Amino acid sequence: MALDDRKSEFTFVGTRPDRPDGLDKVTGRAKFGADVSAPGMLHGAILRSPHAHARIVKIDASKAEAHKDVKAVVTRADFSDKVPFQPGLEGEFWNVLENVMAGEKALYDGHAVAAIAATSALAARDALKLIEVEYEVLPHVTDVDKAMASDAPVIREGAADYSVPEGMHPNVVRYHESGHGNVDAGFAEADLVIEDSFVTEATHQGYIEPHACLGMLGNDGKGELWCTTQGHWIAQKTCAALLGIETSQLRVTASEIGGGFGGKTTVFIEPVALALSRKANRPVKLVMSRSEVFRATGPTSSASMDIKIGMKKDGTISAAQGVFRLQGGAFPGAPGDMTAMCAFAPYNLTNVKQIGYDVMANRPKQAAYRAPGAPMGAFAVESVIDELCKKLGLDPVDVRLKNAAHEGTQASYGPTYERIGLVETLEAAKAHPHYSAPLKPGQGRGISCGFWFNHGGETSVSLALSEDGSAQLMVGTPDIGGSRASMALMAAEVLGIPYENIRVTIADTASLGYNDVSHGSRVTYASGLATIKAARHAVERLCGRAAAKWGIPVDAVKWEDGCAVPSGPNAGDFDPMPLADITADMGATGGPISGHFEATPEGAGVSFGTHIVDAEVDPETGKTSVTRYTVIQDAGKAIHPTYVEGQYQGGAAQGIGWALNEEYVYGEDGRLQNSIFLDYRIPVASDLPMIDTVIVEVPNPGHPFGVRGVGETGIVPPLAAIANAVSHAAGVRMRQLPMSPPRILAALKDNG
Amino acid sequence: MVEVHLWSGLRSLTGGQQVVEVQAKTTGELLRELVRAHPQLQAPIDAGVSIAIDGRVIATGLTEPIPEGSEIYLMQRLRGG
Repeated sequence: MALDDRKSEFTFVGTRPDRPDGLDKVTGRAKFGADVSAPGMLHGAILRSPHAHARIVKIDASKAEAHKDVKAVVTRADFSDKVPFQPGLEGEFWNVLENVMAGEKALYDGHAVAAIAATSALAARDALKLIEVEYEVLPHVTDVDKAMASDAPVIREGAADYSVPEGMHPNVVRYHESGHGNVDAGFAEADLVIEDSFVTEATHQGYIEPHACLGMLGNDGKGELWCTTQGHWIAQKTCAALLGIETSQLRVTASEIGGGFGGKTTVFIEPVALALSRKANRPVKLVMSRSEVFRATGPTSSASMDIKIGMKKDGTISAAQGVFRLQGGAFPGAPGDMTAMCAFAPYNLTNVKQIGYDVMANRPKQAAYRAPGAPMGAFAVESVIDELCKKLGLDPVDVRLKNAAHEGTQASYGPTYERIGLVETLEAAKAHPHYSAPLKPGQGRGISCGFWFNHGGETSVSLALSEDGSAQLMVGTPDIGGSRASMALMAAEVLGIPYENIRVTIADTASLGYNDVSHGSRVTYASGLATIKAARHAVERLCGRAAAKWGIPVDAVKWEDGCAVPSGPNAGDFDPMPLADITADMGATGGPISGHFEATPEGAGVSFGTHIVDAEVDPETGKTSVTRYTVIQDAGKAIHPTYVEGQYQGGAAQGIGWALNEEYVYGEDGRLQNSIFLDYRIPVASDLPMIDTVIVEVPNPGHPFGVRGVGETGIVPPLAAIANAVSHAAGVRMRQLPMSPPRILAALKDNG
Repeated sequence: MVEVHLWSGLRSLTGGQQVVEVQAKTTGELLRELVRAHPQLQAPIDAGVSIAIDGRVIATGLTEPIPEGSEIYLMQRLRGG
């Protein structure tokens, strides 16, 4: 969407007003997924497979069904297997159904096989023990490299698509290859070539709020669903398909959301609650335990990667090549293609080649976790660049500046970049006091760049003015990062009324047109663009009313600082007419005044960041302390800078956990060994330093105010930046994440 | 005519060609013409593609105009978190 009306001077945008949901959240008034009840409500519980891979021979639920507290039992037979597939979603709908409730086979430890609705949560959990399931246990595989080996058990025949070369194991289901130039010629020109391999484990998004919902579905096919989600329209569409009802007959309301990070972009328990409700003819509430969240919702992919980069003595990268193997659970979808496309994207390369594999294994279906696939690739690539800098005696920021992509560079994934802000983030890094601060003995400093695409997506927004001159804004993208504040600021900027006079609501699926999920860092970009356009639509109508009152043509009226004013001296001599003066009698001057906008904006604009990390490694215990952290990222235009800084800090905090401690640990039996927060260690406040932030603003030409998404890029550089810092501090290159104390001790020991 | 650059993984579906010339004024026409020229491209297009026009990534839109002489890259459909 090319825009010739871009704005660069702002009144409200760029300020830091109080968050609109603050009071609700600190007083407990905010309603999250588990916070609602309904008359006659039942409680659901889900029976999950204890096996990583097993044929379901028989399910006998008769004893459970006979129990006095049990009102319904559902299995796969209660879902629609003749789904009325929507164009483009055919395969994924089936995959989601298979994940929501196992069919012929349980595909991972924790896979749902049956569910119960009973009169209390305790009764439902107890009654699960009455369901008898006969399994035929099958061989399993959870490691990505082993899943690709010729002797690996086949998880599902025929799941591979057109892209997979002949001769690969059936667990390899997608293949991506791209690049340009001639890497062999490029390696021949290099003064130093380093080849190395890297491994990362799966990590969970770790949102504080577990999945929770309340579903009501009658035998007339009409239903209501309340749930914690990043996208209630996709929840509506998917649940309707899985239950064989019409989409419009299911109204879905998004609750407040206690974190998502990509993990709440699909459904898990929602169709189950609705199926139970339909069978019991009562509302059914389902709330996951933390253990269920870990075992059965999407962590990231795990990855195994081989990188080869050639560099000249002056720091020029002459060729770069990467192979990225991503394991995404027992379903297609691991973002091996995204990893490949993002890995070398920060650099201006003449010769580059990248290959990505999507591999199935007996683990839960992977889900997005901010910039899905990109952090692992950056870890591998930026580690090798760091090692090249070290061996050639070059400054790591200077080398990245020398090779940095800029406007006009051919991206590693193909097209030529428009205006981008990577160089500005590197220059800010070089100038930042952190980069020149002295290090203490035992400390190391690492830097890394990171890239993410960002997204637009289907978007609908409505804005309604009230008689007193205040405004209600309805958006359809759940607020996962402060979007209600940024939407109100953008609407205030266009309308010229105070931020506090605008209330932003996340509308339900019956109140607004379709909205894509809050993902792809799209909300401030796309819902923001739609908000600006909807507000401008309302302003057009306000100008029309003023023109009618003044008796002059509408094109002789313009909008300035919240008032209609004559567009020039020839238009007439009238005092400015404030918005509230126009809305006061709008019912009698043509009716309510609203603004609307619906579109799929196509100009999200890519984004880059550079992180600087200092780390200290205790050689006795192997424990790493992150002593200083600075995030520098291009936001295009920061609408509410405090929230932007929060996104940057959050990415760094999550990256510290991913790099140092978090991992899915599977036993030989294929069962997850650490499915609670005591054993799966996310960082707490005492693990983190103050995370400093620098907002770089290189406006995105595709947004009226210049916005680029900021939600995802911040998770891309941390793994690599921390690994580089730890490798320098420990004096040994760390090639496997997490860099937990036992791994660091082992690396120190191997290094003598 | 516009030149459409494919990702190299698609060469096996186009007889080794990585650049395909088609006549198209919109992104939708471009995809139709690609399939007309190389029917095997239907599978990746059905799986989801995005189109970069002079560096601007069109994620899904079929009605975006394609200016004469613009740089066109076919990309795998982007996903986000």
